[in-house]
Amino acid sequence: MTPDLSSEFVGIYSPNPFWLASAPPTDRAVNVDRAFKAGWGGVVWKTVGVDPAVINVNGPRYGFWQGDNHRVQGFNNIELISDRPLGTNLEEITEIKKRWPDRALIVSVMFPLDEAIWAECLPRIALTGADGIELNLGCPHGMSERGMGSAMGQAPDLVEAVTRLAKKNTSLPVIVKLTPNVTDITWSAAAAFAGGADAVSLINTINSIIGVDLDQMAPVPTIDGRGTHGGYCGPAVKPVALNMVAEIARNERLGHLPISGIGGIGNWRDAAEFMALGATNVQICTAAMLYGFRIIDDLTEGMKTWMKGKGYRYLTDFVGQAVPHVSNWNMLNLNYVSKAFIDVNRCVGCGRCHIACEDTSHQAIEKIVDTGRYQVRSEDCVGCNLCVAVCPVTECIHMERLESGVDPRTGLAINPEPANWMQHPNNPLNQPVVKPSLEKKD
Amino acid sequence: MSNTTLIEITLDEPLLEVKFRRLEKRLSDESAYIESERCYYCYDAPCVSACPTDIDIPGFIRALAVGQAARAAERIIQANPLGASCSRVCPVETLCEQACVRMHEAGGPVPIGLLQRYAMDHFDLDSMKSAESVEIAALHAKPKVAVVGAGPAGMTVAYLLAQAGLMVDVYEAQNLPGGLNESGIAAYKMLDDAAQREANNLLSHPKIHVHYGKALGSGLSLPKLREEYSGVVLAVGLQKQRQLHIPGEDLPGVVSAVPYIAKMRRKEPVPVGKHVVVIGGGMTAIDIAIQIRLLGADDVHIAYRRGEEAMGASTYEQQLARDQGVFIHHYLRPVAIYEKNGQCGSIQFQPTHILDGQLQDQGEMVTWSVDQVFVAVGQQLETESWIAGTPELQLDSRGKILVDEFAQTSLAGIWAVGDCASLSGDLTVHAVADAKIAVSSMIADLASDMRSCV
Repeated sequence: MTPDLSSEFVGIYSPNPFWLASAPPTDRAVNVDRAFKAGWGGVVWKTVGVDPAVINVNGPRYGFWQGDNHRVQGFNNIELISDRPLGTNLEEITEIKKRWPDRALIVSVMFPLDEAIWAECLPRIALTGADGIELNLGCPHGMSERGMGSAMGQAPDLVEAVTRLAKKNTSLPVIVKLTPNVTDITWSAAAAFAGGADAVSLINTINSIIGVDLDQMAPVPTIDGRGTHGGYCGPAVKPVALNMVAEIARNERLGHLPISGIGGIGNWRDAAEFMALGATNVQICTAAMLYGFRIIDDLTEGMKTWMKGKGYRYLTDFVGQAVPHVSNWNMLNLNYVSKAFIDVNRCVGCGRCHIACEDTSHQAIEKIVDTGRYQVRSEDCVGCNLCVAVCPVTECIHMERLESGVDPRTGLAINPEPANWMQHPNNPLNQPVVKPSLEKKD
Repeated sequence: MSNTTLIEITLDEPLLEVKFRRLEKRLSDESAYIESERCYYCYDAPCVSACPTDIDIPGFIRALAVGQAARAAERIIQANPLGASCSRVCPVETLCEQACVRMHEAGGPVPIGLLQRYAMDHFDLDSMKSAESVEIAALHAKPKVAVVGAGPAGMTVAYLLAQAGLMVDVYEAQNLPGGLNESGIAAYKMLDDAAQREANNLLSHPKIHVHYGKALGSGLSLPKLREEYSGVVLAVGLQKQRQLHIPGEDLPGVVSAVPYIAKMRRKEPVPVGKHVVVIGGGMTAIDIAIQIRLLGADDVHIAYRRGEEAMGASTYEQQLARDQGVFIHHYLRPVAIYEKNGQCGSIQFQPTHILDGQLQDQGEMVTWSVDQVFVAVGQQLETESWIAGTPELQLDSRGKILVDEFAQTSLAGIWAVGDCASLSGDLTVHAVADAKIAVSSMIADLASDMRSCV
């Protein structure tokens, strides 16, 4: 049984769920052609706008944060939307769609809130043969100062209005790309839903200053002594994106709005995580910018290998499977007790778990005098997991659930019945109501 | 005078475990992860160009980095069906790793060989697939081809042809497959029956039929094979042990290294001397020196008539031998072996040097007392028993079968690969590279024949 990666998203079919996000890699025909040759399932064409086209800076557009091994962890850009005429983009889109009919081709757009423009441009886009429209409501720099991009995306009423405008002027599916630069992503998603969006895609980049040049005393990337805030992406933003995807996926009022997951995806596992949290497909940019389109092999082969191992035949077998298990804190089982255990045979004696626990947690890890290795005192361990995070050795420290007996820390018997905060006696809501006295104290 | 005999030792599993396991270099899970993360994932990577079999090295390392060792192994096997053997025997410091772009950085090159070993160790060899390639599946009829020899080159040819959809008959002189991979390589490199398991897997392809105990000149004739098959691949290796041609060479205690290693690998008892000299400068000399040392020889000396730079053994192998207490001597040419108590008792050398690029004698003879001498000066193609029937088959000046860049011999419809072929290098990985060339040449030929028939 070979797993089948073919994907359907709001009626748009692609041979795999991996689309290139709207960004420099999808800026022009030559790139997109190479991407499709490499095997990408779909492309969201770099955001087009009205003529005259925008102008980009002529200095550095990107800043980055490199972690160990010089690997880019976070990436920030101050590039604007397409700086080529709308007509040129549409001609190339037409040609590419003709050449690659089996791939998904979505056109990302950013127009001002002016109905005449939408009424003129969306039909022109439809004529290219493109499969859908994505609304760029997320770009946090440059365009936002002109009242577009995240300036629209941050105001739910504008999100709704612009979505409505788009839907009114095209019969193509409309995907609303959301900005993460908001207080609550579900408000934006609800607005898109109310405006008639067929789907949402998220996250766009996070507003950021990636670093400061301490000689020039200016943010990087620095253009003639000045820098500006840009859009943050790359592996570092994945946790933010995963949460936002999950928040929308588990929100009942959003009526199973289809989600295209974006944010720091670099390999099959990242993609599978987004999809488990409810994304029907995923979009990728930074990883391709860092390594080239060839990463699609690793994405498709890796995903197939994993699916085969799990017995999943279709993507739909696992999309959303993790959503029912995402809950609010107050629904977690407070009777679940786990403790850290150190494998003395693997312990190298670096002492990092000890000092982390001793200084900043619960003083539960001590040195074994004879051997120089470390052990956990269960009577002090709260099961916080910090030692697992700092231990440099794989599988040296693990967490283990106490199934029965007594928790040596609390002296209380392990209760096999789950109980959450809503049921906990310490919850003020569960305490007898004491009406405050109105009498003044003397 | 009574003959003394050397102690006989059988290299069985417990002994292998005790004596040889510690020579094995392997990566732990965390080291494999850390090392895989060090790979830059180069585009058009120099390491791939440096691999004779074009393994997609950054590709398989990336699969390791994302936690899919078995997929990494599949990627390796796609390019090199002997990926497991090669990960154990390749002199990576002169191949892929020397080309690694991190070569001159702190921390050195990515340990590609060890990562490949790690990937292959996490792969179920029994799960090797047998997918037919589209290329040949399009042919109307499925021709039948013959492969003579089931060593590294022959096995790879057979496997790739079978994968391409052809019926393959393999003829092997011995009663088990593997060739030099099975018999000529030190046991410590092939622990856990690695070579045998790999060989059995390749040859268990449903389109391959192996006939054991059949060799050219004994049960097989090349003209007849040509008649019966659409194509014939010779992968017979080199069977004749080169000799020193010095007095005393036939004394008891003077042993050809390759048959001795073969016997050892078959777990038959072999004599182990106390004072041992190995003549030669290649991988086999190192292999036998290390093994005999670990099996209890008091002192082991490798004597090579040229300098270190001319040695066929890799620097890594030489160092490994020195680490085990083996001495390596250069510029010593063996002159005679003398008898003592009915077997070899001493060996005499003429020191040499290089003058005007020529190897010349220089200085006083030296004589060492010895009770065992291994001859590891290479092998030759044996042709006397079979070549008379095909006088058109040309040999090169070293007596190997002459081939062109497509591994084709001077006889149409016959290819030659591996050690017996004139253009091949002598490593396992070269045998695989050869096999790939021969297979694509053969498939192209058969396909054009088919087309012209229609």
